[in-house]
Amino acid sequence: MSEIFDPARWRPAPFLPEAETRDGYLVFVVAVLCFLACMTAIGVLAADRAARGWSGQLAEEATVIVRPRPGETPDSAAARAAEAMAGVEGVAEVRALEPEKAYELVRPWLGDVADVEDLPVPRLVAVHLDAKRPATATELKAALKTAGIDGIIDDHTLWLKDVRRAAGMARGMGALIFLLIAGAAGAAVAFATRAGLAAQRDVVEVLHLTGAEDAFIARLFQFRFARATALAGLIGAGGAILAGAVLRIFGGSEGLTPALPVAWSDLLAVLPCPLLAAAVAAIAARVTALRLIQDMQ
Amino acid sequence: MSRNPIASSANDPDEVVRFDDVSMRYGRGPEVLRDLTFGLAPGSFHFLTGPSGAGKSSLLKLIYLAARPSKGLIHLFGQDVANAEGSARPELRRRIGVVFQDLLLLDHMSAFDNAALPLRIAGLDAQEYRGDVAELLTWVGLGGRMHALPPTLAGGEKQRLAIARAVVNRPQILLADEPTSNVDHEMALRIYRLFVELNRLGATVLIATHDQDLVARSGRPAFHLENGKLDLLAPQGPALA
Repeated sequence: MSEIFDPARWRPAPFLPEAETRDGYLVFVVAVLCFLACMTAIGVLAADRAARGWSGQLAEEATVIVRPRPGETPDSAAARAAEAMAGVEGVAEVRALEPEKAYELVRPWLGDVADVEDLPVPRLVAVHLDAKRPATATELKAALKTAGIDGIIDDHTLWLKDVRRAAGMARGMGALIFLLIAGAAGAAVAFATRAGLAAQRDVVEVLHLTGAEDAFIARLFQFRFARATALAGLIGAGGAILAGAVLRIFGGSEGLTPALPVAWSDLLAVLPCPLLAAAVAAIAARVTALRLIQDMQ
Repeated sequence: MSRNPIASSANDPDEVVRFDDVSMRYGRGPEVLRDLTFGLAPGSFHFLTGPSGAGKSSLLKLIYLAARPSKGLIHLFGQDVANAEGSARPELRRRIGVVFQDLLLLDHMSAFDNAALPLRIAGLDAQEYRGDVAELLTWVGLGGRMHALPPTLAGGEKQRLAIARAVVNRPQILLADEPTSNVDHEMALRIYRLFVELNRLGATVLIATHDQDLVARSGRPAFHLENGKLDLLAPQGPALA
């Protein structure tokens, strides 16, 4: 005797069969890709912060090498240079470095010379620039010229360009890796959609021939894969947050190293990952499904 | 049974199906249908006979828009199907009920879900059709098997379920491809009477079959398809009630 079926309690079955084994593989692959994408994002943010820190420090510092005029002591030349530059707009602080600092700088070339004080070693003046509106090398040079001081200004422009270029490359590489991973995730979803449609060809055919529109059928696959990849994105992002937290906690107060200072706020960057993964999957599944359904006709 | 070539039949604007010089081939293969010209009037009942491989299923596929002709014009409900793109084709398909030769039941859905499928796709609210679907399944003798999955149904039960799905949304055209191939004589007659009943309710019916005995006893006209050509066979004797 068959069990009693009550139409009033009937709930429509899903149009597509429940999740298949291949969906599990897809979740795994996309979770790994999402993890890599999130770690890339965290790495780019940390590298960007490090680059900004370095370039900020370099941009706010300048060093002036002062050569004394005949009859003038190096120390008085350095003091006059400091005084001349202190009045320049965009200079926050000027400090003539102690002679020992200058001796230390020439010691690698001269060795331990007993009467180093007798040598005409130029003095150094450290200039701390205003971060908001730093004085330019030309302005400093003009101030020195006005005061009649012979000096060479090193405003670290060369280093600054290198650091900024390196930071830009790190950002660019990060974005490229991120796009490649997103593309790989999209391709994996497209492949899974193709396999899913092939496996469900009978279902698609019946839906089609009973009057379902192409977009309706594509939407079934779109939602299915968007849901699966959102879960994968959640797993990947969760893994990346854990890995980032480990780097932050065990990497010292500034993260893994001062060269890659991971901040807690960087971990927030992974939060859109499930949504982005679902969006990529939805687009890939929809485009693939529509194309395959149209090929069936 | 006399044969009448129908290639020159006149174009009737009221016909629900109209073929004009329609040919069809699969890929680069030979033509399976050649220059067919015929029409189906609203509320008509025809059989479609012919030897295996004559192209009966292909002709039905052209009508239910599962295939495209290699030549000629097909009109459904007065609309040129070649110009029916986008949502127009699904809308045409919803007006046609089909009993497929291989049934095409969805194994992951219960008998009730399978029968209700066209109504769900048409976007109707379950509240509106639950009772009708249950009544229809009872009518085709599946009242006690509504919860069953197709793999657990017997051949005749599957056939009746496929018929229920084909007729559930009261299609204007009902096509059946060998609907009595898996059932005994008694069941074949029951299924035939079901089609007759739907025809009385206004559906245009075209049944492809090998069952010459049923065709002869039915007293209905038949199209005979052979070598890609279509002939109209006049009915013999009075129609079977």
